[in-house]
Amino acid sequence: MKVHEYQAKEIFEQAGIPVPREVVCATPAECAAAARAIGLPVVIKAQVLVGGRGKAGGVKRVEKQEQVEAAAGQILGMDIKGLRVEKVLVAECADIAKEYYVGIIVDRVGRKPVLMASAAGGVEIEQVARETPEKIVKVEIDPAAGLLGFQGRNVGMALFDGDAKLARSFAGIAARLYRVFASRDCSLIEINPLVRLGDGSLLALDAKVNFDDNALFRHPDNEAMRDRAAEEPKEVEAKEAGLSYIKLEGNVGCVVNGAGLAMATMDLIKRYGGEPANFLDVGGSSSPDKMVTAMRIILSDPNVKAILVNIFGGITRCDDIATGLLAAKKQADIRVPVVARLTGTNAEPARALLEGTDVTPAATMAEAVKKAVELAGGGK
Amino acid sequence: MSILIDEKTRVLVQGITGRDGAFHAQAMKSYGTQVVGGVTPGKGGQSVEGIPVFDSVAEAARATGADASIIFVPAAFATDAMYEAADGGLKLVVCVAEGVPTLDMVRVLEYCRGRGTRVLGPNCPGAISPGKAKVGIMPAASFARGCVGVVSRSGTLTYEIAANTGDFGQSTVIGIGGDPVIGTSFLDCLELFNADPETRAIVLVGEIGGTDEERAADWVKRNCRKPVFGFIAGQTAPPGKRMGHAGAIISGGTGTAPEKIAAFEAAGIEVIYEPQELPGRLAAKL
Repeated sequence: MKVHEYQAKEIFEQAGIPVPREVVCATPAECAAAARAIGLPVVIKAQVLVGGRGKAGGVKRVEKQEQVEAAAGQILGMDIKGLRVEKVLVAECADIAKEYYVGIIVDRVGRKPVLMASAAGGVEIEQVARETPEKIVKVEIDPAAGLLGFQGRNVGMALFDGDAKLARSFAGIAARLYRVFASRDCSLIEINPLVRLGDGSLLALDAKVNFDDNALFRHPDNEAMRDRAAEEPKEVEAKEAGLSYIKLEGNVGCVVNGAGLAMATMDLIKRYGGEPANFLDVGGSSSPDKMVTAMRIILSDPNVKAILVNIFGGITRCDDIATGLLAAKKQADIRVPVVARLTGTNAEPARALLEGTDVTPAATMAEAVKKAVELAGGGK
Repeated sequence: MSILIDEKTRVLVQGITGRDGAFHAQAMKSYGTQVVGGVTPGKGGQSVEGIPVFDSVAEAARATGADASIIFVPAAFATDAMYEAADGGLKLVVCVAEGVPTLDMVRVLEYCRGRGTRVLGPNCPGAISPGKAKVGIMPAASFARGCVGVVSRSGTLTYEIAANTGDFGQSTVIGIGGDPVIGTSFLDCLELFNADPETRAIVLVGEIGGTDEERAADWVKRNCRKPVFGFIAGQTAPPGKRMGHAGAIISGGTGTAPEKIAAFEAAGIEVIYEPQELPGRLAAKL
């Protein structure tokens, strides 16, 4: 789960990580008041849960008080990669001497948290990793011991060319960063850029915090930061029903059990000349109700011209899927053709249930995909 | 032979008195697996489907000589069950639960490593050595004894691929789990399959995200003496939605399907684009 920069900054501030003077605002008038309190010049930054806001024009430096409202008015309400800007941060302009990167993630290979830092700040770390990986300093964190003082200092020494004073203040920030990472179950925590100011102090100019979705159950404080407005309503509805749904642009709707098989089904649709309308995983255990919800969500997408049901029953019972499919057809007038491939647990009773209905049966995944793509009119 | 599990594996079911635990204990037992006991704290002395229930893993292991367990408790309690299994001296622990916090896995894997306990999962279907034993939740009828080793990050896609090995059948089929931090990697399974005389070919079923497939490919190139086939799910998945790209930074990769396919090809792994291609491709090599 992602949170906004201003929320991440609140977390940083509580943890004692230095952040600029800044105020989160929802209207141009609030921005004007904030700028007056902070003092000009200020930076106005769009608060959206996607990267690339700078390139999209979502960050503006304003020199004069009378320009604040107009600049804020341009950013508020702006569309950045499909997300509407509802809030902005009005922040003091820092006296930047140099920009750095620091972040903590869990390394999947080493199965440990890793502190990463780079003197190439302000640039996406993915780009640094690709182009100049030698510029990234990494240190593995023992989950039992936590980030140790000397580890932070050593990374700091590498980052600040042996300046022990800066290294020590960096180690303090790194320790606080790890404390947040571990105590709030983050999947990613990043300061990019961490800036060295003219007076030699360090400041977190930007902040990124992602929480581990699997740990939300024990962090009501994390869950409270969720921005429901930024989520696709259908994806939320699906999640609440225990389904995993992602809307795509094609016209072949799919209902599949298991994320891997769902992705493989989408890939096969594309391979046979069609375009998937969605990713939908009905999950491990099936109930007819889940299937009804799945069908309703898919049918609410007007692009859908055919529906493909691909189930390899394990825990999921094929007869539950068939029952749900028939219930969905009873509840709503389904005008698009449905192709069903049901195999594995209870496939026989499922086939019997669907016999005599207008659901097109298919014996294999390939056959089902071919039929569905054809019925959707060949994709586009 | 086979890998990880066989007819001699003595299995405990942790959480055996729950709905899923009881159901799968019975299913594994009727498949022929030696399900020697179950564990549910506070329910020791009962029995489920004729399987004795114990209060703790330590007690169950002492009484039954168990060397493996499969965990059917909710995600919030799954790591505690893993610690207990490792502490009880079990050599293999399979965790089916989806939704285990990543940092909990980091800590418990460190603990298990120190005690020589292998964890399979979490968020995985388990393993099956067809005709010998099943320590997992897969539909047994979709598997047949044979010579192809299958290792996969998925659940149902694993069944789909295994069902497409045709007359060759499978030596062992392993679902390693779809989470970012898991106990057993592709690499671990490849090493075991490579050394297993019954396994004549290996199928790697990967998906987008992380760099496990790339590491496996690199190992295959240098060490593997058997034909390896690779499948990657998620070629049409929208970027940023599922992939934990930050997780791949460390190794410099980004976890995309084209990168993984390129790594497979560079390692001499035959890339499969449709499950149904598999029987023909296997026949050409075996």
